[in-house]
Amino acid sequence: MEDRIVKSITRMVIPFIQLYGVFIILHGHITPGGGFSGGTLIGTSLILYTLVFGLPTAKKKFSHRMSQIAESGGIIVYVGIGLVGLFISGQFLTNINAGFPLGEPGELLSGGMIPLLMIAIGIKVASTMVSLFHLLIEGDLDEDHPGIR
Amino acid sequence: MKKHLLNVLFLILFGILVYSIIEMPTMQTVDAPSYNEVTEYYIENAVNETGSVNFISAILADYRGFDTLGETIVLFTSVIAVASVLRTVKKKEEEEA
Repeated sequence: MEDRIVKSITRMVIPFIQLYGVFIILHGHITPGGGFSGGTLIGTSLILYTLVFGLPTAKKKFSHRMSQIAESGGIIVYVGIGLVGLFISGQFLTNINAGFPLGEPGELLSGGMIPLLMIAIGIKVASTMVSLFHLLIEGDLDEDHPGIR
Repeated sequence: MKKHLLNVLFLILFGILVYSIIEMPTMQTVDAPSYNEVTEYYIENAVNETGSVNFISAILADYRGFDTLGETIVLFTSVIAVASVLRTVKKKEEEEA
């Protein structure tokens, strides 16, 4: 898309969208929201980047390799936190029994393993949204129909 | 003739189903089956047991963490399925780059 206004507005807006996504993920155990909604926000901002600046530019920012790392990394972190509980107290994915510090309820650093799980889910959901979008529009593009450039 | 008979049969079955809906408890009453001791347990103990003020997060990530693990695996599988179908042609380009 060769539109200067859309490009400059997108450049200004994307950091705020991503900041709000990170805010929602990190406050998942205090306020409504969490990994799924915050991850969707971050993924949507990257989809906006692809729509405005084109697929080749967006591929440099979020390549297939990075998507592979984020996809499997989210699940590995999740299962790893579950295995901590399995080794310490013999129960998979347990919070209080595994000795995670619960903190003062209502503070940002509280809730034991819940914020860690929310971060893992957030990374996973954000990368899933962008990867699916890239894969789907990639299948549509060829030499005769360049589509989004 | 056979068609009319079938229609009448289906109408009767439909009537039975609608009657069973009337017999169901309404959602808004206090003694509805969905408001049972599980809800009370979460409201009373969630903050002490998980340290999370948000009950939804406490249920999602702590009490039913295994369910959420399944959800993330569903997302993972969806990406793998789409990639395995759509990405076969594009592999040569990436090796060059």
